[in-house]
Amino acid sequence: MSLDGSGYSGLVLEKLSAAGVKIGDTITIRHDGEEHNGVLMPRAQIGSDPDHIVVKLATGYNFGIRLTNDSEVILAKKGRTSKRTASKGVSAQSKDLPAVSILSTGGTIASKVDYRTGAVNPALTAQDLYDTVPELKDHADVRAKVLMSVFSEDIRPSDWTKMARAVASEIKQGTNGVIIAHGTDTLGFTSAALSFALQNLPIPVVLVGSQRSSDRPSSDAAMNLILATDFVGRADAAEVMLVMHGETDDSFAYAHRGTRVRKSHTSRRDAFQSINSYPLFRIESSSITEMNPPLLRRDSKRILKLKPKFEEKVAIVKTYPGFSHDVIDHLVNHEYRGIVIEGTGLGHAPKSLQSSVKRAVENDIVVAMTSQCISGRVDMDVYRTGVELLELGVVACEDMLTETAFVKLSWLLANMKTTKKVTAGLVETISGEIEMRSEMAEYSTPAEEA
Amino acid sequence: MDEADRYKKLGLMVGLELHQQLNTSRKLYCHCPTVIRDEDPHGGFVRRLRPTQSEMGAVDPAALFEFQQHKRFYYEYYNDTTCLVEADEEPPHNLCEDAIDISLTMTNFLDSVPVDEIHPMRKIVIDGSNTTGFQRTCIVATGGKVLVGEKVIGIQTICLEEDAARKMDEDDKKNMRIYRLDRLGIPLIEIATAPDIRTPEEAQETALVLGRLLRSTGKVKRGLGTIRQDVNVSISGGAIIEIKGFQQLDMLAELVELEAQRQEKLLEIQSILVERGITIDFITDKAYDVSEIFAKTEANVLKRALKSGGVVFAAKLPGFAGLVGREVQPDRRLGTELSDYAKFWGRVGGIFHTDELPRYGITDIEVTNLRKHVGASDQDAVVIVAALKEECEDALHAVLERAREAVKGVPAETRTPLPDGTTKYARPRPGAERMYPETDVRPVKITDSWLKRIKKAMPETLAEKERRFVKELGLSADLAGQMANSLNLDLFEYVLSQMEVSPTLVAVTLENTLVSMQRDGIPIENIKDAQLLEVFETVTKSEMSSEALPEILTFLANNPSAAIQEALSKTGLGKIETEDIEKIIRSIVEDRLDFVRERGEAAVGGLMGVAMNELRGKADGKLVKELLTSEVKRVLDQ
Repeated sequence: MSLDGSGYSGLVLEKLSAAGVKIGDTITIRHDGEEHNGVLMPRAQIGSDPDHIVVKLATGYNFGIRLTNDSEVILAKKGRTSKRTASKGVSAQSKDLPAVSILSTGGTIASKVDYRTGAVNPALTAQDLYDTVPELKDHADVRAKVLMSVFSEDIRPSDWTKMARAVASEIKQGTNGVIIAHGTDTLGFTSAALSFALQNLPIPVVLVGSQRSSDRPSSDAAMNLILATDFVGRADAAEVMLVMHGETDDSFAYAHRGTRVRKSHTSRRDAFQSINSYPLFRIESSSITEMNPPLLRRDSKRILKLKPKFEEKVAIVKTYPGFSHDVIDHLVNHEYRGIVIEGTGLGHAPKSLQSSVKRAVENDIVVAMTSQCISGRVDMDVYRTGVELLELGVVACEDMLTETAFVKLSWLLANMKTTKKVTAGLVETISGEIEMRSEMAEYSTPAEEA
Repeated sequence: MDEADRYKKLGLMVGLELHQQLNTSRKLYCHCPTVIRDEDPHGGFVRRLRPTQSEMGAVDPAALFEFQQHKRFYYEYYNDTTCLVEADEEPPHNLCEDAIDISLTMTNFLDSVPVDEIHPMRKIVIDGSNTTGFQRTCIVATGGKVLVGEKVIGIQTICLEEDAARKMDEDDKKNMRIYRLDRLGIPLIEIATAPDIRTPEEAQETALVLGRLLRSTGKVKRGLGTIRQDVNVSISGGAIIEIKGFQQLDMLAELVELEAQRQEKLLEIQSILVERGITIDFITDKAYDVSEIFAKTEANVLKRALKSGGVVFAAKLPGFAGLVGREVQPDRRLGTELSDYAKFWGRVGGIFHTDELPRYGITDIEVTNLRKHVGASDQDAVVIVAALKEECEDALHAVLERAREAVKGVPAETRTPLPDGTTKYARPRPGAERMYPETDVRPVKITDSWLKRIKKAMPETLAEKERRFVKELGLSADLAGQMANSLNLDLFEYVLSQMEVSPTLVAVTLENTLVSMQRDGIPIENIKDAQLLEVFETVTKSEMSSEALPEILTFLANNPSAAIQEALSKTGLGKIETEDIEKIIRSIVEDRLDFVRERGEAAVGGLMGVAMNELRGKADGKLVKELLTSEVKRVLDQ
């Protein structure tokens, strides 16, 4: 490991370079009449700093030493280069186990800590996966692939295309189920995207993530991954779903419909919730319970229809008191093709927006309306402002999630030939994203739960 | 000196790790209060912890074993005093600065060198005591020393750690351990000494000195369980034994002594085994099914096991005859150590061995048959265990493993202290600790201005306080010592800062009067600090005598809502005018003229009791004596 990307700069970097030391080397630092010995650690993950050097003591503790111009840095001993064992391809383990493909896109669903440097390295191959979650061997004959290594917040619509194609290729090669490991931040967007891109699925496709990274003993990654593996290998369902913890306990996971699920908590294990809908399955280590019927049943003979393209010129705009129309104007001027307005209440936006919206529609831009209430259905017929927006050509997205509406609009724009078809498609249920009945139990307050 | 010589010969080396809870307003990595609670928790959740593959073998083998047994952990929480951080459902907040302040104060006390930047680390712990599966810990300072008597004991590190969750119960049926989150995250300062300690007394002294320095900061928690020591003990030829979580400071010397003795005895056993020509190869991993021998046994333990589908298994310990029954600590034999292993690894209730048989309903004939069955000679010992087959196998495997260790000497272990100062096996000593950076928390820079601020505000040490109490306040040496170490120290200093009052009176009241009142069952907890202050004020203003203190305080304790004036009038203990005292004394003397004439001036002694009794604390003894003396003189002069 060199000093590139080590997080050091300024004086510290100068001194380290001059002494010819690299991360992992044992060094001696002398200053102020004191002497410290330790292994040089990187500080990229903890914030760059030009003055402090981080060393690890023999006891395993790290601490920082402030360097001055007079400090002396001496290379005491070259560090071992850490070898990452090149993993072999993993072949079929047992004939009775279902074949499951695990595609990883980044995130830390499976990763190993290098205790020497503190670096967390993602599991890149099936062997790495087996190393970090050895029980997987008993659950499926796993085929693992790394599609990309991207933070979930950096995922783009073009990445959805790549994922959809990769899933199609796994299905073509004959697999009982596909898992996509993905960072949790935009996991809900990707699950919606794949729900539209992968039509007529013969097998289940499941997205899985973790809220506690897998380098910690308390990580939810292993349980989510094992339950997801069990699930895609055996469940009688064929649609895109998301499998994550069902509650804070390490007890069971839910499989949520890909178009209906949203990250509703920043940090809890059970952050993902079905909105305006229910989870489809409850998955325990010993059983899979169907709670609500899936869109399709498993049928290996069904032929997948792959529609992997997405339009990138789509935006979400959230209105707020004092919201100015120039935000919409900007999108029109920059030739956006679709705008999802996350309005207030039943689907409203300030009156001052109307002329801008009108201009957008006239420019052949599809404008859709969802609600920032998150739960419930938009209904733009109730108040005059709603009616006026409808008259301008805004499409009310019923009980669809904003994120799903955004993804759906992006997909429709890339796959439909006319604006009219896009507009019509938006309110048509394609992948379970809209339901015309809202049930009592879909929304609950703490008082009801108590 | 004999003592010291004996331990020198043994090669005794002891190091302490003192853990003290800090009394900060928030926890180390979140903003919950540092409160331990007894009432029913508001809820709970179940978790598992898993070692990742890369840690296998290096992770605590006992915890690994528990993971393989599918151990689950149940965590109890309180909505209002624990949060998502303790539940491992939210990233940790930044380090509590108060806790760093206290650590830096200790750094100064111990001449340690603070680090320039604190880096929180994660230390892997998967026994469930931390919801995360690791304990957050960081070095605040290194090096330093503490003077214990004449001797300098080195300090290795000063660390700041989060306390673990509190173990509440063990549910064997559900294979679940129950923890409570209230304690998790309370800041702990850990002071590790160098292994410079050479005698048991020195160990106790060191702990005492460090404990006092910690209390000198005025910011540590007091009471049971707030200070815990890990004690590392070794003798030459023995092994480093880590005794974890010892809380009875006054028994520390005994604990060390008994551990030194245990290692000494184990080495004796080893040398006998060597003499008998036993090597570890003699101890094969063979377990015999001897259920048939005990098919008709009268021994209850065996009968019960066989009846409920279990078996009786035996293992031979070649050359161990007479050694299994040997005492290594009071009432603890080598057999007890074997049994501890069987209990832990085999989940059985215990073992029997031939050194203690025939007994417990096991007959002579059964023992003879047992010996015959496993082919044991007179020099061999046999161990039996009764339980389910798999448990028996695991138990005997562990027993044989421990027996091999006996041939090698003393196995390195982590041990749990028992109330009498002996210890029992807890788990094997974990290998080098697995630590990696806590990347969810920013490192903390210790700036020069921060260090200056700490230096400026260094508290007086308790030792200094004690000396000052004698020199400046006129307390007796005993009382000064008592006061400096008392929970009431702050109150004592506060009272003195508020008024001109006799320091000795305040100290005696806080340390003796109130304590003996409590012993008599008076609810002194009802007396508020403000009331105490008022009482002292009343004495100072001479509105009551100090002799009346116990009675007034008793009244206030029993009538918590009463004001001091009410107490004085209800008890009739308000001070009376000198004139009135003179009248009472005159009448006392006049009633006893014969006695006065007979005794002369010596009568004052006898009459003093009568007068004090009659005045019931309404007057100062000194004044009463003065008046009585002059009255007696006056009468005698007539």
